[in-house]
Amino acid sequence: MAREQPAEVTDRPMRYAGAIDCDLHPAVPSMRALLPYLDDYWREMVSVRALDRLNLSLTSYPQNAAISCRPDWLPDAGAKPGTSLRAMQEHVLDRYRPRFGILNCLYGAQVFHSEDMAAAFCRATNDWIRDEWLSRDPRLRASIMIPAHNSELAVAEIERRADDFRFVQVLMLVSGEMTLGRRQLWPIYRLAERLELPIGVHAGSAYRYAPTPIGWPSYYVEDYIAQSAAFENQLQSMIAEGVFAKFPRLKVVAIESGLTWLSGYIWRSDKTWKGVRAEVPWVTRAPSEIVRDHVRFTVQPIDASDECEAVMRLVDHMKSDDLFLFSTDYPHWQFDGDAALPPGIPDGLFRKITIENALATYPRLLKADRAMEIAR
Amino acid sequence: MSITDVEQGQSTKYKLQVIDCDIHPAMTSWTEVHPYLEKRWIEHLSVYGSHLRHAFSEALSHPRMSPDAARVDAYPEEGGPPGSSLKLMQKQHLDPNGVEVGMLIPLRWNPGSQRNLDFGVALTRAMNTWQVERWVKQDSRLRASVLVAQEDTQGSVAEIDARGGDPNFTQILILPRTDEPIGRRRYWPIFEAAVRNNLPITIHVGGTGGHASTAGGWSSYYMEEHHMVAQAMQAVVTSLIFEGVFERFPKLRVVIMEGGLGWIPSLCGRMDKHWNRLRSEVPHVKRPPSEYVRDHVWFTTQPMEETGSAATLLDLFDRIGWDRLLFATDYPHWDYDDPRTSFKANLTDAQRHQLLYANARKFYGFDV
Repeated sequence: MAREQPAEVTDRPMRYAGAIDCDLHPAVPSMRALLPYLDDYWREMVSVRALDRLNLSLTSYPQNAAISCRPDWLPDAGAKPGTSLRAMQEHVLDRYRPRFGILNCLYGAQVFHSEDMAAAFCRATNDWIRDEWLSRDPRLRASIMIPAHNSELAVAEIERRADDFRFVQVLMLVSGEMTLGRRQLWPIYRLAERLELPIGVHAGSAYRYAPTPIGWPSYYVEDYIAQSAAFENQLQSMIAEGVFAKFPRLKVVAIESGLTWLSGYIWRSDKTWKGVRAEVPWVTRAPSEIVRDHVRFTVQPIDASDECEAVMRLVDHMKSDDLFLFSTDYPHWQFDGDAALPPGIPDGLFRKITIENALATYPRLLKADRAMEIAR
Repeated sequence: MSITDVEQGQSTKYKLQVIDCDIHPAMTSWTEVHPYLEKRWIEHLSVYGSHLRHAFSEALSHPRMSPDAARVDAYPEEGGPPGSSLKLMQKQHLDPNGVEVGMLIPLRWNPGSQRNLDFGVALTRAMNTWQVERWVKQDSRLRASVLVAQEDTQGSVAEIDARGGDPNFTQILILPRTDEPIGRRRYWPIFEAAVRNNLPITIHVGGTGGHASTAGGWSSYYMEEHHMVAQAMQAVVTSLIFEGVFERFPKLRVVIMEGGLGWIPSLCGRMDKHWNRLRSEVPHVKRPPSEYVRDHVWFTTQPMEETGSAATLLDLFDRIGWDRLLFATDYPHWDYDDPRTSFKANLTDAQRHQLLYANARKFYGFDV
């Protein structure tokens, strides 16, 4: 497929040294990589059902679509983008020299309809991430993949990782089996709050429902555009159901949500809340305040043509510079050259976005080094 | 406090002149449409009721926070639901607010969402005649909308062609929660008929298409359900553009009604960015999506965004385009916008006139 070449953007990569990259995507090369981490039953099932011949790439990220991998980050022919640690080091870790990079693995494990199958493969994937990524580069951290549609199994998986401080977040897809505020999910949030793990909500769908309330669009690009609507509705769900009233220390990180929808979100949501708050008496503060206290957003993609102005406008509308977290979204193609953040962001805000906001969001980032020393 | 009370306290410096693009007329009783409905369908309705894609035949799945979603002062003395009395509508809204033209948007019975297509088409026919007989002929300021049962394309086209030359009708009305996204080709004959009859397509919030309210499932609270209507409208705009509807029908004009305003610039930026990246999938979309919005889509202003500052509101209007905004009150619903107070910014008289009146007059081609 002919690809558009990225424009030359000049910016210095060392500008990001010491940053925290909150969205890196490692890819499971094939199910064979997970076999060592499956129990006898599931290993047999892989063989009996030929599960290893299934391509579990998500519909939300077609492997060869331009958005799924930046052209100059494409691996050799046939390989799946994101499967090579060496490539990630070359393209991001050694180039931008972040102090930490957080791995968010998007893989079929979390969307199987069978809760048992989802649990087994999430567990195996988390083990694989630990051995093949975390243990091979000390800068890496990871999110815990969970079978979100069964909170009991999800809680068990989070508990299994609780003592490994390199797991810094719980990962859920923005569109799964139920709206994210629903009380069936609260055991996950209760545990995450206790363990100081933010809930990372990543773009993507298990396609249990149509991507839009008006049905199934024809094109992938429409699905991708609709991701921001999914995020809005999930924030609205978590707020309306009272998640943040119940779990006052819980943090949510919207990952790859786009950003510019936030202004419209808080305007509409605050106004609606004023009109209908009698329905949700536990929501005692305006949604915009709740978002400011509890929700953070990774910066890529900045879905505007005037990227720097768009970020500045959002800081103004949101009345906060705490909300945005640096991300490259590697290997997804969201920016060109080294302009992971658009030129023109003032130094103070640049530092908040690249370092301080993430440190305030992920308590485990600071504790990880110490815990590893003790373990040694 | 009613609108008439507000009027008494206002200065008379600025004389209100309003085209209200969203007024909801109601029926005093269901029997009002009997004269326009075949006996078969009257019986059908009494036996089987309204057959929709949600749990209740005659009620919304997310009950509103006020009866009939109405203003508390909109109940007629003579009985009947809010919006059913022309006299009260005149006294409370049309007269004191200087409404020169008011567009009727009937929402009762949801004909476009009826699963029985023949019934849906029969309802649209009856309710279209009802609008003219019961309202437009009684007050020349009012205009009717051509209701269509969009899932029956042929039936819709026939109804559009039947009403097309009638000046009592100003637009075609479709609710966004359709069977399939509205840009898909099964609906194109409706767009073709709209262009043929020089009628805009108006998408007003509502409908029960059976798809979950959000990509992540059904919402629990009305607070969520009320929020997502703006997302449904984003999907409508996205679908029309990416299906290539405006390439195929360059004269088609669309009004997004009651969908909010805050999302328009951000959706445009988002569509442009990802179109740029993924355009090989949609070669029929020739221009940046925001350009189609600018050329083909208008937006009604109610519920007015409350952006926290006048400067932010004016910036929002600048980024949408002032000439794309059509004023609407949503009378008699609870979240009614008053033409005097709903713009939380110091507008010049010229700006106010443009928003309240001139844009709609130009758009609908009124000779009033």
